[in-house]
Amino acid sequence: MYAWIWRHLPGPVPVRLLAALVLAVAVVALLFTTVFPWAEHALPFLDVTVER
Amino acid sequence: MSGGADAARAAARALGELLITAGLVLLLFVAYQLVWTNVEAERAQGQVADQIREAWERPTGRTGAGTDAGTTDFGEGFAFLRIPRLGEKYSVPVVEGVGLDVLSRGVGHYPDTVRPGQVGNFAVAGHRATNGEPFAYLDRLRPGDAVVAETRDAWFTYVVDSIRIVRPSDTWVIDPVPGKPGAEPTERLLTLTTCNPRWSSTERLIVFAHLEERRTKDDGPPPVLAKGVA
Repeated sequence: MYAWIWRHLPGPVPVRLLAALVLAVAVVALLFTTVFPWAEHALPFLDVTVER
Repeated sequence: MSGGADAARAAARALGELLITAGLVLLLFVAYQLVWTNVEAERAQGQVADQIREAWERPTGRTGAGTDAGTTDFGEGFAFLRIPRLGEKYSVPVVEGVGLDVLSRGVGHYPDTVRPGQVGNFAVAGHRATNGEPFAYLDRLRPGDAVVAETRDAWFTYVVDSIRIVRPSDTWVIDPVPGKPGAEPTERLLTLTTCNPRWSSTERLIVFAHLEERRTKDDGPPPVLAKGVA
C-alpha cells in the first residue's frame, strides 16, 4: 500500500517526501476532526448522566 | 520463483501494512482521547467562561446567559461551580444540557431541573475522564464539603450531605426530592452525577448536597472560597 502510494507520487524524491508528509498530515487531521469525535460516542466512560 | 509465492508474499506484505496502520490509528485515538480532548475542552471552557462574564457585564432585564431565572440555549453557560476540596482555583462553567457535544464545554445542567438556589434539585453532570474531566476527582468529596455555584446575582453555597454509587438507570437521584417521586419539593438541593468507576460506565457516582447559604454579589464570595479547604 505504502509502496504503491510512493510510486504514484509525482516528481523527484524531495517533492515526493513533501507530498507524503502533506498526505499524512491530511489523514491525521481527518481522523482528529471527524473520525475520532464520532468514534468517541462508543466509549463507556463518557456516559456520566443518569437516564432511563 | 513461482508466481504463486510472489502473490502470497505481496498479500502478506499488504496485510502487514494494514495491521501496522490500524495499530497507528489506535495509538492516535488514545492520544486524541487522553490529550487532545482535554486541550480542546480547556479552550472551550475558557471561551464559555468569557461569554458568561461578558453576559454578566450587560444590564439585567434580558433572558438568556447569566440570568438566574431565564431560559438558556443548549450549550450556553450561565454559572460557575467552585469546589474548594478539588483545589482553591477550581472553577468550571455550568452549561445548559447534558449532551456529549455540550459536556466538553463545562459541566452540564440537567434541563428539567431547577436553577442554582431555587427550591427543588439543581442537577449537574460532568466528565470524569477526558474532555476536560471536571469531575475526575469527585470521589474525594466528603460530607460537609462546600460546593459553590456562582450566578450573575449570587453565590450559593451548598454543603455535601452524602456520596452514593447508583445504577445508570437510577434517575430518581435528580428528582426534585430524590427518592420521593412526585413529592412537592421544599428544600433547595444540588445533585452532581458522573461515571463510576472512573474509566467505566457500569455505575454512577452521585453527590447530594443542600443549600446552606445565599450571598448576593455585594456580600462578596463566601469565606470557604477565600480560605480554601480547612
